[in-house]
Amino acid sequence: MALEVTQFLLNAQSIDAATRNHAEESLKQIQEQNLPAFLLSLSAELANNSKPIESRKLAGLILKNALDAKELHRKNDLAQRWLSLDLATKTQIKTSLLQTFSSPVSDARSTASQVIAKVAGIELPHKQWPELIGSLLSNIHQVETHVKQATLETLGYVCEEVDPQVVDQDQVNRILTAVVQGMNATETSSDVRLAATRALYNALGFAQANFTNDMERDYIMRVVCEATQSSDVKIRQAAFECLVAISSTYYEKLAPYMQDIFNITSKAVREDEEPVALQAIEFWSSICDEEIDILDDYRSEYTGDSDVPCFYFIKQALPALVPMLLETLLKQEEDQDQDEGAWNIAMAGGTCLGLVARTVGDEIVPLVMPFIEENISKPDWRRREAATYAFGSILDGPSPGKLAPIVNVALNFMLAALSRDPNNHVKDTTAWTLGRIFEFLHGAAVETSVITQENCQQILTVLLQSMKDVPNVAEKACGALYFLAQGYEDEGSVSPLTPFFQDIFQMLLFVTHRVDATESNLRTSAYEALNEVVRCSNDETAPIVMQLIPVIMLELHQTVEAQKLTSDEREKQNDLQGLLCGCLQVIIQKMGSIEGSKYAFMQYADQIMDLLLKVFASRNATVHEEAMLAIGALAYTAGPNFAKYMPQFYQYLEMGLQNFEEYQICAITVGVVGDLCRALEDKILPYCDGIMTQLLKNLSSNQLHRSVKPPIFSCFGDIALAIGENFEKYLVYAMPMLQSAAELSAHAVSQDDEMLEYTNQLRNGILEAYSGILQGFKSSPKTQALVPYAAHVLQFIDTMYGGREMDDAVMKSALGVLGDLADTLGSHVGPLISQSSSSKDLIEECMVYDDPLIRESAEWAKLAINRAVSG
Amino acid sequence: MAPPPDHRRPIKRAAISDQQRRREVALRLQADRRSDAQNRARQLASSVLSLGPEPETEPEVEPEQEMSDASGQLAGRTDLDPVRAARLRGPEVRRWFARQLMLPEWMVDVPPSLDRDWYVLPRPSGKRCFVVSSNGTTISRLRNGSILHRFPSNLPNGARTKDVSGPASSYSILDCIFHEPDETYYVIDMVCWRGYSLYDCTAEFRFFWLNSKLSETGASDPPSQYHRYRFNVVQIYECNLAGLQASYSGQVPYVKDGLLFFNKHAHYQAGNTPLALVWKDNVCSQYVLDTDSKGQIPSQQQVVLELQNDGNLTTSDDPPVALGSLSRDLIAQSGLRVGNLVRVAIRDDYMRLVDGKLDLGKLQLVGKTNHSRAFADTYSKVLFQHAARHAPLRIEDLVASIQSISSTDKSQASDVEMEG
Repeated sequence: MALEVTQFLLNAQSIDAATRNHAEESLKQIQEQNLPAFLLSLSAELANNSKPIESRKLAGLILKNALDAKELHRKNDLAQRWLSLDLATKTQIKTSLLQTFSSPVSDARSTASQVIAKVAGIELPHKQWPELIGSLLSNIHQVETHVKQATLETLGYVCEEVDPQVVDQDQVNRILTAVVQGMNATETSSDVRLAATRALYNALGFAQANFTNDMERDYIMRVVCEATQSSDVKIRQAAFECLVAISSTYYEKLAPYMQDIFNITSKAVREDEEPVALQAIEFWSSICDEEIDILDDYRSEYTGDSDVPCFYFIKQALPALVPMLLETLLKQEEDQDQDEGAWNIAMAGGTCLGLVARTVGDEIVPLVMPFIEENISKPDWRRREAATYAFGSILDGPSPGKLAPIVNVALNFMLAALSRDPNNHVKDTTAWTLGRIFEFLHGAAVETSVITQENCQQILTVLLQSMKDVPNVAEKACGALYFLAQGYEDEGSVSPLTPFFQDIFQMLLFVTHRVDATESNLRTSAYEALNEVVRCSNDETAPIVMQLIPVIMLELHQTVEAQKLTSDEREKQNDLQGLLCGCLQVIIQKMGSIEGSKYAFMQYADQIMDLLLKVFASRNATVHEEAMLAIGALAYTAGPNFAKYMPQFYQYLEMGLQNFEEYQICAITVGVVGDLCRALEDKILPYCDGIMTQLLKNLSSNQLHRSVKPPIFSCFGDIALAIGENFEKYLVYAMPMLQSAAELSAHAVSQDDEMLEYTNQLRNGILEAYSGILQGFKSSPKTQALVPYAAHVLQFIDTMYGGREMDDAVMKSALGVLGDLADTLGSHVGPLISQSSSSKDLIEECMVYDDPLIRESAEWAKLAINRAVSG
Repeated sequence: MAPPPDHRRPIKRAAISDQQRRREVALRLQADRRSDAQNRARQLASSVLSLGPEPETEPEVEPEQEMSDASGQLAGRTDLDPVRAARLRGPEVRRWFARQLMLPEWMVDVPPSLDRDWYVLPRPSGKRCFVVSSNGTTISRLRNGSILHRFPSNLPNGARTKDVSGPASSYSILDCIFHEPDETYYVIDMVCWRGYSLYDCTAEFRFFWLNSKLSETGASDPPSQYHRYRFNVVQIYECNLAGLQASYSGQVPYVKDGLLFFNKHAHYQAGNTPLALVWKDNVCSQYVLDTDSKGQIPSQQQVVLELQNDGNLTTSDDPPVALGSLSRDLIAQSGLRVGNLVRVAIRDDYMRLVDGKLDLGKLQLVGKTNHSRAFADTYSKVLFQHAARHAPLRIEDLVASIQSISSTDKSQASDVEMEG
């Protein structure tokens, strides 16, 4: 009962708006009236070789969008909808899709491949469509070239779409065999070979077993390496992409191939076209990533407990690798410093050199120094820039002891180059290198800083001067100042910046007003530097920061008042508002933390609040977030006095909590509720009905991004701690939510690290909620109201303990809850706790834990429980 | 020019924007403050729980003159938080506990506006202690932390009887002096009542609360099976002429040992504080002059000081005040170690007050102190003892200061520094 949809599909692409709208409306109606018929029509359209390619492609696209969406909840809904269709319809659609493979029209084949992958993504995890892989591969050797290409492409998409666990090893073997055969040099069609190489990229995650088999691994590696030598640049690029993926997925299997890979990559870096050369460099960057991780694990407290041993590939390749990378630095492009998105061989090479330095440390220094010395004063700007870039790249990794003597000699040279070099690229890289020097060789953590009282003034003079240079150089100078200031954050009153505060603020404000401040991210950098200088202010410089407040407020006032803006101006306005709110946030935090300046600061509180409320009229997400954070800081500084702003602020608080689409704002707002609880304590009570209602709504919505849920639970705890026994009326709503979330998170099986981390965040949020509620009720006559929930709380902790996947934060929170239970409910829960044997084991286990905070929490919980049990 | 791959950050691009940093700082501050708030809520509980019914060595009974010993203490030098305190064991628990009591300084000068800002009370002679009632038992601890009595009482949750008012785990903490002759705890301050902390309340409020709450419980009833000791409130007076006279010469049912003064606006502050003061003379106390280790009043003033590693001898103030030193030879000869408390005698003719500072001149080593001594003398005690032997601050001086305040300019007198 396929419907005729061709004309609608064509009209939907018409340039005439009325025709287009009508067609779209009609398609929508058909879909709503009879979904199965609609989907069938689309698949028939896609399969029909007599239809125009435009309507076929759109049919495929609509079909694809009927199966998958970006947002998780919508994605799940669509999958459920597909699964609930009747079997006959689904079978017919799938048959049409597979038929489309034999179409001579390549766009139709490629569209069908993607749709098949989406269906597979839904059905395979439910053990449906088991014949898919078999039918794709059944006659791979007999079919025409274009069908073979479509088949391989489809296999690639399917592998991208589904989890390796849902495909049997047997089928994996068949997929890999077909793919690797398709990649083989004996394959005459380069379309097939390219499709196979791209398919392998997606299938690598399925090849765990095959990579442990020496023969199979050798074969795959040989075919991939051969493909890097193909005459087709796309195949070479795809083959290097496979090597990059292999380097991170199968690092520990690479040893036998490294010599060959080095030869292949260094030839590609030196001779091949840019896209291929970039992938060849990326291979080494990726190896660095792996080894940095492994070596980090070695250094962490679990000594030698890394799953994968380090093979020190970078260390071994060093003498040849470093010269290869240094060569790339000379391949700069003229305009790369002005283009923020730029990426080329020189940039990739410098990035890789930086990673190599972090991997091997001191050893890289003697290999790079001759290059720097030879080139840093050459007349050719490329040589001077490359030398400086090399120097800047190796500043993170080698020990300060190794670098400091070199930097001490180089510093004056760098300052002179920043002031006087005729080339902007050289100045850009020089300012960046100075920033790196300050970041890694200066500050409280570095034993002997290369910055002294004496050279600090000279440095500042040069940096401030460079802020008048072209935007990209000025931006780097602001960045360098940021790190210079950061080094003095913990310095207290002896900071050598103190005499220059006024000059620095003046220059940075000047920069923010430059007409070209929106180029090269300059304005943002200037405000960031301003923030950092504020962060390192002290008793002595606080009055100067205080003078900044009216200036920033005036600027913010102007943005709020500005009217009739073009959309471009509006966007710039929003950026500026965000920066100004961010700056206010930093000032509030800092002035609030300096005892002597707090009162002086508070005289501005009314005005600041007034402005921030006006900022909420803006509809820009970043601005809201920044304003919300500034308000959180203000609430903490103002304490109970913040209550007077609540009547006006409350509507925006509620708005923030309702902002599902921009979930970061929702999350930040939830955090600000916590700030308000701690500032207002029981004065927040009048607003709690509204806040709790919204939070409970958010929790029950499947549209809210999951990352907001843990902070909402923690926020329950904040509220309960602030309003104490007044929380009683929310118990009946909050407790069941906590219980069901606890149930889910206690039994959650975490497939990957990300899921595990989320589960633990959720658990921590739930436990913080329990702690806040228990503590809030302590010593209240209404404590009895909590007794019925105690058993569930204990069971939650028992289950988590049994699952053995708690992280340290969860462990500590769990111990806290055990103690709070005993402390608040006393003898009412004594017997319950005695029965919860795993809780006892957990405490005993934690008493001998390495982390002193966990040990302390355990001891505390034990004392509280002993008391409850004996009482 | 193609952009870099998603996961590869060009080395010249900042690793993290300041905006991201602001966001992270805000989140970190929120988490820190949440855990601070929770720790504060757990704080009182743990300070009590850590003193729970763990096995205790025999209480070391101190020499009779409580006040003379009670003046030495170590205030806040190690600022332990209670969670950490819960980890302490045995003697450390006692040491920690000893630091939770508010310890009055000795009055060497009359504070300004005595009549307006202060209370006075006749101090009962006896053992200063903390009394904690919770979960059906009552425990009293001496200022060195050791347990004096464990007993049932009519205090809230102080005995295993039906108590309808709130959870059994809610605790009460009283600051008391145990008066041996009539076996009565005289309550001089209330720190916690039914789990409600009074630490951050002014003395004015605490005394009001003490007077109204204690009588509700029947704690002042005569002893019975479930009420082993009687708790009596000490009469507290406004420190005007009448109040001072009443506490100085009025009849009390206990042996008097000097007068205690409390600043009305001060919070309950652990350790030494100049906002609580003790004063005595021979009329209102039997123990004006310090005794030596044999209980005799020595002919020369003796002082207990702590030996530091530079050979200096210091008081237990925070920061410690060095009053003299011992030579290395003498330290070696006497087998003294750093941290030892030593008793030294002062030759009167060597001791001087120079610019308000005490100069002890030549010190004469008497010996080590006995083990129950936990702390050296405070500076104010040394001064008071010295004055008591030479030019004591007399009751007439106190009276005169009150009269002068009431008769002259009062505006000056408002200059009281609050520390509570």
